[in-house]
Amino acid sequence: MRRAILILVPYLWLLALFLVPFIIVGRISLSDTALARPPYLPQFSWDEGIWAFLSQLDFENFWFLTTDDLYWKAYLSSLQIAITATFFALLIGYPIAYGMARAPEEWRPTLMMLVILPFWTSFLIRVYSWIGILSQEGYLNQILLWAGIIDAPLIILNTNTAVYIGIVYTYLPFMILPIYSALDRLDGSLIEAAEDLGCSRLQAFWLITVPLSKNGIIAGCFLVFIPALGEFVIPSLLGGSETLMIGKILWEEFFNNRDWPVASAVAVVLLLILVVPIVLFQRNQQRQAEEDR
Amino acid sequence: MRMSWFNATSLTLGFAFLYLPMVILIIYSFNESRLVTVWAGFSTKWYGELLQNQSFLDAAWVTLKVAVFSSTLATILGTMAAYVLVRGGRFMGRTLFSGMIYAPLVMPEVITGLSLLLLFIGIGLDRGVLTIVLAHTTFSMAFVSVVVSSRLVTFDRSLEEAALDLGASPWDAFRLVTLPIIAPAVISGWLLAFTLSLDDLVIASFTAGPASTTLPIRIFSAVRLGVSPEINALSTIMIAIVTVGVITASLVSKRSMVRQKRDEQAAARAT
Repeated sequence: MRRAILILVPYLWLLALFLVPFIIVGRISLSDTALARPPYLPQFSWDEGIWAFLSQLDFENFWFLTTDDLYWKAYLSSLQIAITATFFALLIGYPIAYGMARAPEEWRPTLMMLVILPFWTSFLIRVYSWIGILSQEGYLNQILLWAGIIDAPLIILNTNTAVYIGIVYTYLPFMILPIYSALDRLDGSLIEAAEDLGCSRLQAFWLITVPLSKNGIIAGCFLVFIPALGEFVIPSLLGGSETLMIGKILWEEFFNNRDWPVASAVAVVLLLILVVPIVLFQRNQQRQAEEDR
Repeated sequence: MRMSWFNATSLTLGFAFLYLPMVILIIYSFNESRLVTVWAGFSTKWYGELLQNQSFLDAAWVTLKVAVFSSTLATILGTMAAYVLVRGGRFMGRTLFSGMIYAPLVMPEVITGLSLLLLFIGIGLDRGVLTIVLAHTTFSMAFVSVVVSSRLVTFDRSLEEAALDLGASPWDAFRLVTLPIIAPAVISGWLLAFTLSLDDLVIASFTAGPASTTLPIRIFSAVRLGVSPEINALSTIMIAIVTVGVITASLVSKRSMVRQKRDEQAAARAT
């Protein structure tokens, strides 16, 4: 009896506030926009029966997404931005994780805390802190002008470059931590053995260290890529008018155009795109857990 | 072991990249001038202006209420869910259950926000503090249950069984044996849920009503217009609170780990 309560309470909560909302999104994505309250049709009514209701649902909104090139451009550009940012996060995060794993033992807990600390600070504030740095009269331009490296201020804020910087900056801890934990477990004697057998330092790194930290790299990349794909805050604060990201489109479709069916269809497609990386990520985690055993 | 120059440089540059933006933000929150990018002397006047700003104070109060309620609810539900998943054995719909628990971890916030809003409108629930609490609880209980279940997996089940053999009821065994052991994980789960709630902009924007603006929503609408010294001051206060909190938490957990190790050693000697 107690066990049933223990299972039922969180179960029902999730059914009501997680699964049912998704079904509603799916159903509205099949409806038509209407000047009504709520602004979509058909509405379900018991008098007409379930079949009359179902027969009015259609895939029109999904057709609309394929005909208006704004949407597929936004999906492609979100993918491109997320992939590029993930690549740069790896490029910057790997050396940091590597340095942490090679740091003296007594420093490592402090270094770990220094990586985790930004994660606890407000995401919004961390994104905001770059506005002052990247703007035309911002600190970066001031320094570069003062040092004589550039003659005219660079335009970085409100471009895709600023979005890349924002994503790399805010999600960097997610990249560093899994790579660090993989490198931390790596047996140092393997590298020594490789070097004794005539590998150069660089060869030993490519042939031993990188393959053995592969799981950490994969986990880190997914942990950056998945949230970056649906990101809203970064493109809307740091990006410009030419920055197309699907999270921003969904937001505008809902709040500015008040087109609920199209916003729901955008959400359904985004979810379908995310299924592939999420499944791959889960598989990587499972394989890693099995290897650990 | 000595650090190579390469490792030292990558660590220095890496941490500079992580921390410089926040350091600059903090320094310029003490700037005299309203022009945030021009230094005009030290002043704490923006902190004073912030404390006079009623709309920020109201938003902070709403945020705090939401965070306390939602993180407490999420901790209770998340701990229950973790316990069911780790100890519950088989039951109908277990796969669906674990899927629903972990899905919010990877769900884009815009989708969670949109779907919850459509639900609240569908059932005719007025948007306000209650709807934000429901939304935050749902997405942060996933994080709590990850933290708690990782502790439950590692802990020695025979302790619970011993309590049951000695005549404790399942509830007593949970309350007197399991709960004290997983307590650090439950507390860190609560802290995580609390910060996630404090931090959330997107889900709150979808589920908040006009009278329940949270601090992130307020900050976002101010920040859209550009950098402002009041926001710098507010950010500094928030960064300070988090820093103190994280350092305290890590010191406390270090001490409790030392104590636990000592207890275990004592127990090992006694047997």
